[in-house]
This record gives sequence, structure tokens and C-alpha cells, in this order.
Amino acid sequence: MTAFDSPAPPLFAARGLGFSRDGEIIFAPLDLEVWSGDALVIEGANGAGKTTLLRVLAGLLDPTEGCLSWQGVALADGQRIAGSIAMLGHHLGLKVDLTPIENLRFRIALGGLRHGMTAAIALRSAGLQGYDDVPLRSLSAGQRKRTALAALLLSPATLWLLDEPYANLDREGQRVVDRMLETHCLRGGAAIFSSHGLFTPALSRMHSLQLGGVAA
Amino acid sequence: MSPGAPLGAALGLLQRDLLLLLWRQRADALNPLLFALMVATLFPLALGPEAQMLSRVAGGIVWVTVVLASLLSLDAVFRGDADDGSLDQLATCGQPLAMLAGAKMLAHWIGTGLPLTLAGPLLAYMLGIERAAVPTLLLALLLGTPLLSMVGACCAALTVAMRRSGMLLALLVLPLTIPVLIFGAGAVDAASTGGDPSAPLLFLAAGLALALPLAPLGCAAAIRIGTA
Amino acid sequence: MNRFTLWFHKMGSPPTFYAFAERWRPWLLGGALLLTTVALVWGFGYAPADYLQGDSFRIMYIHVPAAWMAQFVFFVMAVSGFVAIVWRIKLAEIMCIASAPVGAAFTAIALATGSLWGRPTWGTYWVWDGRLTSTLILLFLYFGVIGLYRAIEDRRKAARAAGLLSIIGMINIPIIKYSVEWWNTLHQPASINVIKGSSSIDASMLWPLLLMAIATKLYYGWSALSRAQLMVLESERGKDWVRELAGLPMVGSSSRPVEPATRSSTT
Repeated sequence: MTAFDSPAPPLFAARGLGFSRDGEIIFAPLDLEVWSGDALVIEGANGAGKTTLLRVLAGLLDPTEGCLSWQGVALADGQRIAGSIAMLGHHLGLKVDLTPIENLRFRIALGGLRHGMTAAIALRSAGLQGYDDVPLRSLSAGQRKRTALAALLLSPATLWLLDEPYANLDREGQRVVDRMLETHCLRGGAAIFSSHGLFTPALSRMHSLQLGGVAA
Repeated sequence: MSPGAPLGAALGLLQRDLLLLLWRQRADALNPLLFALMVATLFPLALGPEAQMLSRVAGGIVWVTVVLASLLSLDAVFRGDADDGSLDQLATCGQPLAMLAGAKMLAHWIGTGLPLTLAGPLLAYMLGIERAAVPTLLLALLLGTPLLSMVGACCAALTVAMRRSGMLLALLVLPLTIPVLIFGAGAVDAASTGGDPSAPLLFLAAGLALALPLAPLGCAAAIRIGTA
Repeated sequence: MNRFTLWFHKMGSPPTFYAFAERWRPWLLGGALLLTTVALVWGFGYAPADYLQGDSFRIMYIHVPAAWMAQFVFFVMAVSGFVAIVWRIKLAEIMCIASAPVGAAFTAIALATGSLWGRPTWGTYWVWDGRLTSTLILLFLYFGVIGLYRAIEDRRKAARAAGLLSIIGMINIPIIKYSVEWWNTLHQPASINVIKGSSSIDASMLWPLLLMAIATKLYYGWSALSRAQLMVLESERGKDWVRELAGLPMVGSSSRPVEPATRSSTT
């Protein structure tokens, strides 16, 4: 076997990953892999464990079994490489008493800044120009979501972990998410996101993972 | 493409929290001070306003007041971040969580501990403390209030996993604050009676030196347990 | 060292631990009861009376071992909490929580007997003595750990939080004790320690004390292992080895039920 034949390790992989809480299985052992440019959509009904799986992938929860690896190197429980992952959770991670610009400035300090990006550009790309100085408290759920999307655009992270990125968005907002995912994957990034099935990104390499019902 | 520097992240967090605490939510910023004033007023009302008696216990009253007032704003240190998902962001950004926890502790101290330190001598004056003891009181509060913030923040991070922590947080924090109370009040007592307050002050300083590296680590561990 | 590490690893497996606990429990309880009876009969009946305090000192035979256990159990909780957090061993979490109520009980007994001891000597049931005050604060720490555990819904998260609090508490206990002693000497410079330290005890009075010390440790072992067994059963309730114990039919051949997720790939 020559060097040409050995495949590059996946950007992010999980083997035998399972999670249970208080004796109840949330999701049974599963495998997944994403390479640069991949998008993986996690599908399942309400309560199937999509959010829990994303939290395990982000390092917030320790899996009950199985292991994770980044670029072929195994990760210890809770260990993540700095700047490798950007997460958009069910809760947006924004302070309602701050304006979008202030929130984004904080996220830049926390997670770094993608080359060539500024807070203003990110807000414009997310379709939220003109609300720079309004505290988030006065914005609608969809507008807050767009602010969170802008924070994602600013992040230099390679892998995006998104929990219901399409939730709370109007048709235009959903197109924003589509465009973001396409651009990110074209640039060599990767994304794992959960959805109920209302997405339409035109991604060349998109896989899906179905979280089934749990054994009674 | 570059992740930010850890110090920059911690400073950014400090700046954000101070902006929120002292400006955006400024209606609540004075609460610890008002509470301290109210509690300090309760003691003469309960014990009688006789000057000599009050003067003897002034240092102790101020310390109890400061401990309780510092307790009030502890729950808010992490609860807001836990509710809106900011804590998840802190835990996943890849920056050293201990440094971020340290920034939260510093923000709590600047918003609560420092004002209480500055108000302490005023409260003591109202209670008739010996003038000679005031500098000692100030120094003791300066050393002790950061300890209260640090230990309190660790416990606040532990209780963030609960829906409403309320009294439980007080039950966790108060036993751990007892050494600070004993040495702080002891120092003031020594200074009031003409003795030497350096021993308890040194103990406070030693406690602070011990807590500065350890408390952020404990707090970070508590945050990781809480976000799970 | 190798045998010990091996044993330690094996203990981490719930079924092995359960069997181990089941085997040793009766011996622990029996030993505790036997030693307690001997020690108390000896101490209350046969040991010579103290020349200063008369017969009231005999309460020391309950008070001192209880106070020792109050400290010891918290130390065990802190150690198992540390193991639980660093190595993520579920049984360490369980041992930490299982020890808490027993430790709190010993602390309460130490407080009550200390208070009773003070009565004949000082004429009052409570004095702000250094030892008693520290023990009271220790009781608060126990209540804090137990309260924290019960307030969090997720059992494992609750156990780990309680474990971390035990570690924080353990680090603080020497500091608290020292500060309270310092406070005591500050405000009562001429006080005689109500409760005799063990260093000033005559040999003839010492034996029942040592027997009680061993008896209380055995009792603690019995109580903690029993409670830990129950917690293990509860947390492993779906597993086959538990079903086997209960006489129920087993679900699958492996020790964990498996429902594989279906995976599809679309381009």
C-alpha cells in the first residue's frame, strides 16, 4: 500500500458513541464521520436525542460509551482543540441586554475572528443591518437568530455544530442559512446540524444520520 | 483564521460583564449596597442604640453585613449565562475555562465586593467604630471580599444546574466564608482595642494567595459539571 | 501494587462491587455490633472514673469516635469525589454520596454528645467552644453536600457536583478548624477545654476508645456499602445482571441492550 492509497483521516469522527442518562438510553451507539466540505444532517423526531448528540459532539456532555477524534487524533472526554468548533445551540448564547454589535464583539474576543470578516459584514450577510444599536431584547426571535448566525460567520472554526439552525427563521432567513452552509463547506469547512426536515441546502456532499426511536 | 488569545478572551468577558452589571442593568447595581445599609440598620434597631455597646460590635456587624450582601448577587454570576446559552459558548470556545471563570469572579468583585469594601467604613462609622480601626477594616475588607467572591462563585457554578438555587446557595457558601469572617472581624477587633491586627490580616492575605490559583480551577470544574 | 490496582479496577464494575458488598456486609455489621457492645460495657462499666469529671467523662466513648468519624467520612467523600471527577468512575460517585448521610449522622451524634458532656461541667447545653463550633460548621458542610445532591435532577451530574463540593469542603476544613480555634483563644483566653483531648487520656481508659474507633469504622463500612448497593441497583436497573438478581428474564446476551441507529447516505 502506497501513500496514495491510505485515506486522509476524517476531520471529525465518532466511533460507538452512545449516551444514556439515569438508565435511559438517549441514543444508542453510533458511528459518524465528516471530512472537510461535508455536511451531516441529524434527523429525528422530537425527543430522539438530536440536541444531546450535538452537545456530546461539542464536548459539553461526556458520552457514556464510544470515542471521538479530530483529524485522526483521539480526543479525551471534554477535550477540544481551541478554535476548532463553533456551536449554535438551542439557546443562542447572546445577552439580551447588549446590542448585536456588542454581542459580536464579545464573540470575537472569545473565539477569534475569521480572516477578512468584520462584525458589520457578518451582520449584513445575516440580513440584520440597521439594528446595530438596538439591544437584543427589542428584537424578534428571528432577528436574534440572525445575530447568532452572524456570530457563526465571524468564527474561524472549521466545524460547525448547529442545533436547529432553521428554527425561528422566515423564508429569507432560511435561505441565509442555506447560503452560509454552502459557502462554509465550499471553503473546506464542515457542518453537523440537526433538523426536522425543512431544509434545502444545495450541498454536494451531504449525509444524513437518523436517530431512531429508543427501545421501550 | 485565528482563535483569540486567552487573556483577550478573559478581558472581553470581563468587559462584557461589567458593561451589563454596571450599566445595562444598573438598576440592580446598587442592590448589594442598599441591602448592606438595611442590614446594618437592623442591628441598632434590635440591640438598642447605646453608643458604647454598638461601638464594640461595630466591626463584627459590618463583616456579617458584607458577607450577607455579597451572597445576594452570587446567584446571578452564572445563572444568566446558563439560561441564555452563554455558558455553553464559554465551555466550547476552547479557551482555558479557568481564566474565564477568573474573569467572572473579578467582575463579581468589582460589581459587589469593591463597593462593599468602600462602603464598609461608612457603615462602621454609623455604628460608632473606633476611628483607629477604620484603616484596618478597609484593608481587611480589601483582602476578604475577593475571597468571598471567589469561593462564592465556585458554589454558584455548582448550583447553576438547579432551577432555583435560592437558600441552597447560601447554605453552601456561608460555612466556607467563616474563616474570612473570623479573621476579618478579628483584625478589626484587635485594632479597636489597641492590639496588633497583623496576624489575622496575614491569614487573610495567605488565604487570598491560596485562592487565587485554586478557585478559578475549582470554578471551571464546577462549570463543566454544570453544563453536562 | 499490581494486585491492588487490579482489585481496584475490578471494583469499578458494578456487578463485582455488588457481590463484594453483599459478601462483606454481614461481617461488617456483626463486627461493629460486637465491638460496640464490648467497648461500651467496658467504658461505661469497668474503666476507672476520671478524677476531675467523675463519671460524666464516659460520654467521651461515644463522642470522640463520632467526632473522628465525622472528619474521616468527609475525607473519604472528598477522595472518592476526586476519583469520580478525574477518572469518571461511577462507583466513586456512588461511594461519595452513600457516605454522606452516615457522616452527617456521626456529626450530629458528636454534637449531641458534646453538648451533653458540657452540661455537667459548664452547666449549660451549649458553649461556643472551638471544637463544638467546628463540628457544627462541619454539619453545615454535610447538609450542603446532601442538599446539593438532592437538588439536581440528573443523578450523575448531582453526584459529581456533590463530589466537587466535598473536595472544596475538605480543603476548607483545616482552614475552618484553625480559624475557629484562633477565634476561640482570642475570646476565651482562660478557657479550659471542656472536651478532653485524646493525648491526656490514661492507658486504662484508652482501650474502649480504640475499640469504639474500630467499631464505628466497621459500622460506617456497612452503612455506606449498603446504601451504595441500593444506588448501584437503581442506576443499573435496565442491565442484565440486575434482572438476573431480581429473577427476571434477561433481555439480551450482552450486558447492555443495544438499538443501533440506522444510517443512510445521500448525495
